[in-house]
Amino acid sequence: MSLIRRTVLGALATLPLVGFAPQAAQAADEIVIGEVNSYTRLPAFTEPYKKGWQLAVEQINAAGGIDGKQLKVISRDDTGDPATAIRIAEELVSKEGAALIFGTFLSNIGLAVADFAKQKEVLFLASEPLSDAIVWSKGNKYTYRLRPSTHMQAAMLAEQAAKLDAVKWATIAPNYAYGQDAVKAFKSELSRLRPDVEFVTEQWPPVFKIDAGSTVRALEASKPDAIFNVTFGGDLAKFVREGSLRFLFEDRAVASLLTGEPEYLQPLGNETPEGWIVTGYPGTDITTDSHAAFAKAYIDMFGEEPKTGSIVGYNSILSIAAALTKAGSTDTAALLAAMEGLEVADSPTGPFMFRAADHQSTMGAYVGKTSLVDGQPKLVDWNYADGSSYLPSEEEAAKLRPAD
Amino acid sequence: MSPVLSVRNLAKSFGGIKAVQDVNFDVGKGEFLALIGPNGAGKTTCFNMLNGYLKPNTGSVKLNGKELLGTPPRKIWRLGVGRTFQITETFLSMTVLENIQMALISYHRRVFDLFSRATRLYVDEAMALLDLVNMSEQAQRACSELAYGDLKRLELAIALAHEPALLLMDEPTAGMAPSERIALMALTAEIVEREGVSVVFTEHDMDVVFAHSHRILVLNRGELIAEGTGEEIRANATVQEVYLGGGTLFEEELAHA
Amino acid sequence: MGFYFAQLLTGLANASSLFLIASGLSIIFGVTRIVNFAHGSFYMVGAYLAYTLVTTLNAGIFGFWFSVIAAALIVGVVGLLIELTILRRIYRAPELFQLVATFGVVLIFQDGTLAIWGAEDLLGPRAPGLDRAVRIMGEPIPEYDLALICIGPAVLLGIWLLFHKTRWGVLVRAATQDREMVAALGVNQAWLFSAAFVLGAFLAGLGGALQIPREAASLQMDLSIIGEAFVVVVIGGMGSVTGAFVAAVLISVLNAFAILIFPQISIVLPFIVMAVVLIVRPYGLFGKPGSEHGGTEEPDQPLRLMSNQASMILFAAVAMLALSPVVVAEFTTILLVDVMVATLFAVSLHFMMGIGGMVSFGHAAYFGVGAYAAALSVKLLGFSMIPAMIFGPIAAAAAALFFGWFCVRLSGVYLAMLTMAAAQILWGVTFQWQDFTGGDDGILGVWPAKWASSDQVYFYIAFVLCIGGIWFLRRVAHSPFGYTLRGIRDSKTRAEAIGVDTKFHQWMGFTLAGALAGLAGVIFAFSKGSVFPDSLGIAQSIDGLIMVLLGGIHALAGPIFGAVAFVMIEDWVTRLEYWRFIFGGIILVVVLLAPDGIAGGVQRLLRAVMPTKKGDAA
Repeated sequence: MSLIRRTVLGALATLPLVGFAPQAAQAADEIVIGEVNSYTRLPAFTEPYKKGWQLAVEQINAAGGIDGKQLKVISRDDTGDPATAIRIAEELVSKEGAALIFGTFLSNIGLAVADFAKQKEVLFLASEPLSDAIVWSKGNKYTYRLRPSTHMQAAMLAEQAAKLDAVKWATIAPNYAYGQDAVKAFKSELSRLRPDVEFVTEQWPPVFKIDAGSTVRALEASKPDAIFNVTFGGDLAKFVREGSLRFLFEDRAVASLLTGEPEYLQPLGNETPEGWIVTGYPGTDITTDSHAAFAKAYIDMFGEEPKTGSIVGYNSILSIAAALTKAGSTDTAALLAAMEGLEVADSPTGPFMFRAADHQSTMGAYVGKTSLVDGQPKLVDWNYADGSSYLPSEEEAAKLRPAD
Repeated sequence: MSPVLSVRNLAKSFGGIKAVQDVNFDVGKGEFLALIGPNGAGKTTCFNMLNGYLKPNTGSVKLNGKELLGTPPRKIWRLGVGRTFQITETFLSMTVLENIQMALISYHRRVFDLFSRATRLYVDEAMALLDLVNMSEQAQRACSELAYGDLKRLELAIALAHEPALLLMDEPTAGMAPSERIALMALTAEIVEREGVSVVFTEHDMDVVFAHSHRILVLNRGELIAEGTGEEIRANATVQEVYLGGGTLFEEELAHA
Repeated sequence: MGFYFAQLLTGLANASSLFLIASGLSIIFGVTRIVNFAHGSFYMVGAYLAYTLVTTLNAGIFGFWFSVIAAALIVGVVGLLIELTILRRIYRAPELFQLVATFGVVLIFQDGTLAIWGAEDLLGPRAPGLDRAVRIMGEPIPEYDLALICIGPAVLLGIWLLFHKTRWGVLVRAATQDREMVAALGVNQAWLFSAAFVLGAFLAGLGGALQIPREAASLQMDLSIIGEAFVVVVIGGMGSVTGAFVAAVLISVLNAFAILIFPQISIVLPFIVMAVVLIVRPYGLFGKPGSEHGGTEEPDQPLRLMSNQASMILFAAVAMLALSPVVVAEFTTILLVDVMVATLFAVSLHFMMGIGGMVSFGHAAYFGVGAYAAALSVKLLGFSMIPAMIFGPIAAAAAALFFGWFCVRLSGVYLAMLTMAAAQILWGVTFQWQDFTGGDDGILGVWPAKWASSDQVYFYIAFVLCIGGIWFLRRVAHSPFGYTLRGIRDSKTRAEAIGVDTKFHQWMGFTLAGALAGLAGVIFAFSKGSVFPDSLGIAQSIDGLIMVLLGGIHALAGPIFGAVAFVMIEDWVTRLEYWRFIFGGIILVVVLLAPDGIAGGVQRLLRAVMPTKKGDAA
């Protein structure tokens, strides 16, 4: 009941703010940053992310802010709709006076906001979306991306996959841009490293509507040596369960994109398959000082362990803070200049930088194997794969981008 | 003088059952022709073939020499056949006047006009038609508010909108109080006479039939068993037998509805 | 051989799952004539409840099956509460209005489930005793699949016995065929409706609960199942439980084999099957004529031209809108463009539904085709803004011309579902065909020409086109063309009997509505600068439907009220936490206060304030 009362009261409280008149400019001693993400559509991924950036904002502000100014993030739900995301971005920039925008999870929303940023000439840091197009084929001057992209993560897996004996590969991916990009990248990287591999079948279940039983059987029918998986979320759980029931994974290697991320791994519980090669995030198993400090602060603040989203959210704010400090102003031109080659020296995941040529950060991911430890799913035998090793050279990357 | 409508060798069977067989008749100009018969005699089947809703197995139906068979209902209307329904069919979301205007708009081939105001078209003509059925005072009422008898009169006016040569009326007085029936048919007869329209109607109420029809056709088991004036039909032994023998009395028919 | 047999069994197991949810939906529609969007929510809640019960009890075989039944029963009770508190009050509302209420329920359940069970997917345990695979003809088949293959027909048999051997069941069947007759028999309809709704909810809950050993309970379950459930119900024939079973088997088995040959087809397969079935059999496999419409309702009032007073208010409102960019902030201008686009979209849908009597669950198809045609013509043909803006509506009209030809051959809910099939097929193709449409990554950089790129200038372009489009459709509503459409809606027989080619006329009406939706799509595309498959998605169609119904389908002003209210409220509530809960609540309040829609409510309010004036049904 109190939930209802609180929300209703909260609702009433904001009512007068929905004015038609432009709002008063923000206080002089704060920097407003706009944030958009799919909070209601994909809460499982966006909630840890939100906590991550909240922690970073709090830490930075507690330490005195940027040049004495406090960071203020105005965060909004895009409802999972690109058109709404654009409207909100507009409002954040023109009404709230946001110096820049960050966020988004779904690739299409990331692309929509990126294109908006280009049109309205405002800096956009795409935190979570994976689509290669954001920095390559549809890249633009105003958009940078933090998280390691589909291509990078697929390349990380391909590197491990190339070490296997497997020759006949099957792929399974949700049938839309993300899945198609991932399969393409994995195939080209693996074929480059191992010209002898062949791909015997491709399965393209509709996203969130996998007919797992039939798909598993179709994969089985092609008798592959190994499988490359891109399905995630509910599709992944169904796929894993049906696959293990039908012995699909017996004596077969599986390389699986993102499955080592706690957001995807934890729901698998004791069904977690043993020994899949995955990209992901080992959480508190990382023992570097900066990560330990981050993890402790996070657990203290939220009472739960950080997930991939948390680290992405946290690193987003670190990147933004670094850019603001380097630029010394909230002016877009200065910020853009600052972003080129911006180095973030001390993040929980280690140092990374934003490449000037293609605006991709070199933040990496952790590649390891899935396992059940004490009944809990874990990422084991992991290594940090630095993003810069899985990106084309800056010159090559620049060629992938349209002329600005 | 050649007949307005001439029906030849009309036959229709459903499965193995012969609903109508070998029906022949003519309708002259200005003639008021009743089609009667006990339930299941084939009246409705016959009627639906005349207006194009049913396709006969054999036969021909000619309106002023033009073959109607195989023509969709809307084209039959266009050729000059107006019709009313056993259960009234009107546009309930429109006013009385608009209902008539619709018929006129269609008659003048303006249904694809996107820009005129429909309510401003053919107002005078529509009012004149309403006058014919004594409903001009109700012109602005919503059709959904009308009493049933008024709906019947409205339908009559709609059916007359395109100056038809022939009116097909399926049980025009069904569902009405006896006094209303007589009034409606008297009105119909008067209009028909004045406008020179021919009418074919089916009817259960024998009072109505005998009072207004010029000629009566009696159907039984799909066959035409008798035809003639009211007097002749009353006196006809076969008809007597069909109605009495079939267990259906004229009186019983009166109680119907 | 063994392989194909195993694939068949997999298909049959899926069929059972699908049948459980579809049967409930079909029963609810058959008896109460409610198109229940909340059915997917019942399914989802059933799964979550079963998860909680199974994991809490952790009591082996007995505990598992007890949990499944208990979860389904709880969902049945939830269904009863919804029926008693909300739906019962609005049975007399215009056809399909109840679906607005069920839409509100969907929103509330989404946030309720999130608040109770959290965001993470919950993967339950396998079914105790059925947690392995057995070899059949050498192929491994999960035992639980075999159980499901038995449960589906068992439930069908149970429903059959219920319907044929109990008085209640006989009444339910009678009500499905002829509601008036049942009422005339003196049966308490309210009780009958409640019971049917509870049974439907129970079956949905059961379907969800039985999924626990197969998939994780997730917050996407509700919307991912509902489309397919409707497809199954429609293929089988609305109200026919046997039909739902046959349809579920048909779709699932076809899918199991189709993905062996052409995996990409999966996403559109159910809709293609539905389209084919409906074209061949306009009432589904087992449906009967008359199963396509809701209950009888009051006819519309005649259209009246607006009174001077109302025209003045309208003129003032339009003038205010025209002046707004000068006064308000830039972002508000953008919001107003969104409002105008939504309004034009809703008005075009209302033209089809309200005036033409052709309900559409897939109107976004034409909105999206307009948007994509404009975007593609810019990208591939190098069109500039103005020619692209002309090309978009033409392409939308062409799409509507094509799909409309099939749709106008049907009526009622079947027509609505065929429009949805058309939209879903277009969506599926757009979503997956990356080379041409950009797939999920969409088409970017569709911004207005340089001269029109400021928010103010674009506002005026949108203003002229949207207000122009709305004015045009209003004008058409009053024209002979519009009157004829309404006439056909009122009585096809009469229209045919005054010489109207009803199908052709409806076809043209469908096309005109599609063209105007396409215009809205074009304005949308240039205002956002990008186009994504969402623009032809089901959510966009449903939003339009809710706008029209919420606004009041019987008034020309209805869609305008509905669209403005919908967009403004949504823009406001999404700032809040648990906004879907609040939004759903607002919708329910509106539904209960104004069962004739906002326009009807406003009219009654005006009449109460000015008792001497007769309300203007404008």
